[in-house]
Amino acid sequence: MQKTRHIKPVRFIVEVGILVVIFTLVQYLISAGLLNQYYQINLASICINIILAVSLNLINGFTGQLSLGHAGFMAVGAYASVIMTNYMELPFIVGIAAACLAAALAGFIIGVPTLRLRGDYLAIATLGFGEIIRVVLQNIDYVGGPAGIMGISKMTTWPWLFASVVVTLVVIVNLINSSYGRAIISVREDEIAAELMGVNTTKYKVLAFVVGAMFAGLAGALYAHYFYIIKPETFNFLKSFDILVMVVLGGLGSTTGAVIAAIFITVLTAALQSFPAIRMILYAVILIMVMIYRPQGLMGNRELGRRTFGKVFGSLWGEEK
Amino acid sequence: MRIRRKVSMVVLMLFVLSIVAGCSQGGDNGSAQQGDTIKVGINTELSGAVASYGTNAANGALLAIEEINAAGGVLGKQLEPLQRDCKSVADEAMSVSAALVGEGIVAQIGPLTSGNVAGSTRVMMENQIPLLAPAATAVNVTVDEKTNKVRDFIFRVCYLDSDQGRRMANFALEDLGVKTAAIYGSTSDDYATGLAKYFKEEFTSKGGTIVAEEGFVNGDKDFRATLTKIKNANPEFIYVPGYYTEVAVLIKQAREMGITCPIGGGDGWDSPDMVSVAGAEALNNTFFTNHYSVEDPDPAIQKFVEAYKAKYNKLPDSFAALGYDAARLLADAIERAGEADPIKIKEALEATKDFPGITGKMSMDENHNPVKNIVVIEYKDGNLISR
Repeated sequence: MQKTRHIKPVRFIVEVGILVVIFTLVQYLISAGLLNQYYQINLASICINIILAVSLNLINGFTGQLSLGHAGFMAVGAYASVIMTNYMELPFIVGIAAACLAAALAGFIIGVPTLRLRGDYLAIATLGFGEIIRVVLQNIDYVGGPAGIMGISKMTTWPWLFASVVVTLVVIVNLINSSYGRAIISVREDEIAAELMGVNTTKYKVLAFVVGAMFAGLAGALYAHYFYIIKPETFNFLKSFDILVMVVLGGLGSTTGAVIAAIFITVLTAALQSFPAIRMILYAVILIMVMIYRPQGLMGNRELGRRTFGKVFGSLWGEEK
Repeated sequence: MRIRRKVSMVVLMLFVLSIVAGCSQGGDNGSAQQGDTIKVGINTELSGAVASYGTNAANGALLAIEEINAAGGVLGKQLEPLQRDCKSVADEAMSVSAALVGEGIVAQIGPLTSGNVAGSTRVMMENQIPLLAPAATAVNVTVDEKTNKVRDFIFRVCYLDSDQGRRMANFALEDLGVKTAAIYGSTSDDYATGLAKYFKEEFTSKGGTIVAEEGFVNGDKDFRATLTKIKNANPEFIYVPGYYTEVAVLIKQAREMGITCPIGGGDGWDSPDMVSVAGAEALNNTFFTNHYSVEDPDPAIQKFVEAYKAKYNKLPDSFAALGYDAARLLADAIERAGEADPIKIKEALEATKDFPGITGKMSMDENHNPVKNIVVIEYKDGNLISR
């Protein structure tokens, strides 16, 4: 015990150091013009997908509630932020805050009634709500109706992307490792047993749902301010499935798995661009292969982290038993 | 422990492999090198929601490039088409454009829908490489609505929805000689509501009267109730902007109810399914505006139709014709520019005058929209006849 506590600050400094190195390295590559536009776009996609996958993993993987409406929350965030920045001409930070708040609120409104449902019923209800958000946006002329909003200023930069990913990871990992997280996981493991133990299951389900939705909103804001155009069709249920594929591929209940899968799928999609005719077939075949050989996902419900890297860094890291 | 390390190794290897694969894709860094070929990007929707549009337009463009190369290429060089799929989503269109720019293209053809073109727009503008949109009809594709400034490097080869609606209004007033009309169009998309809006504007401003205005939603199957209302208003002409899926059924039901007046629509009607669903007889006395007609006896059009049929074993639709025209217009612009330099090509595209396309003679206006004639096609006993 004593030893671990003694080592912790060192570990913290090392971790922050690694983050700073990654950040400055990429920032240097961008400003030195070594990273061309194509890589920058894919880097942005990777960051946005990491946020989406990790936040959906909180709902689907850790809480065990099958939600199929993640793209809906992303849409809420995207539109809320664009209204702030493009229509009212407020700074990007306001747009991001509005996106998070609006999506969290939407998550709350949708979560409270639907999270009393279980399994398939919840999946269908969230799918329905995701579609409702899309159809409602389609019918609001203020935000361009079905044509959406075009010509959004590019405000999402590497520092924003990096900071967002780090905040998402820190918040979600710490949430899971807290007592709230234990309660959330207990809901997944056995809802009845958790309830018998005095865990207010609905409360924790709603909590996970709201936090997940909030980060989806953040991803939506980053997306809108990078890709120039948003329209309701972008956030249809297929987008939700794309995110779900990342979560399942990475392993339900593994944050590092979600990160790896988000990177893997984004890079895979980009790499297959050169084979237009067989692209979707290859994509599907690769997914099927992974699911045959790793039915629990790439990482299962394990994490790649301190314990694995501990072997490499040994004493510096401090072995956890 | 050992198994876990193995697993992590496999994961890491997959990861590294995929990154390596990704890297080989990006290619050289931005330098548009002048090799033996002129690289042209074809960035269209080959999968996803509008895959059929993108596939046909890409086929048309590839056919044109093949013909141009067979005839000696452009400026003594062969055109090299680089075909990519944007999955019918805007962010993918952007990423594909960036990859193509990295590979040194001098211009890009596609994507098809306005939204996906918008995704591509910023990359093309930042790198100053022209984009030819075969079928994007939204006004703000080429003009920034906020500042009213033209997007310098974005061009289109199709006409706008507004032109189409106006054309049909004039056709109804002048050629058919009607005074009253009813509008019964789809309310589900911008395309149909746009056509209805401009038809109404033009029709009323030229002295016509709209006696009824109704709408349907894409996916509707029964139009009889609304048609009864329209029948009672007794219009001389009915304008039905929408897609063939609903329109074919709608016309069939209208004729069954004894509505005999002429019915008109837009290019969404263009499909062989019209005749098979509505029946040849019901379609008599119906008209729609379109980009071109497969039946047009013009030798250039017939040559294209034959070549397309020979290569792809199906009839070219409007998207194929527009893709074909986009590639040919681009080749023509490169020829006129004198060298394969994106900025010179852009200037040449702006100066386009009376380019003889399959879809009509085009001249670029100051907003990068082509000024061209719009064909009105009549169904006569199941055949398409251009008016």
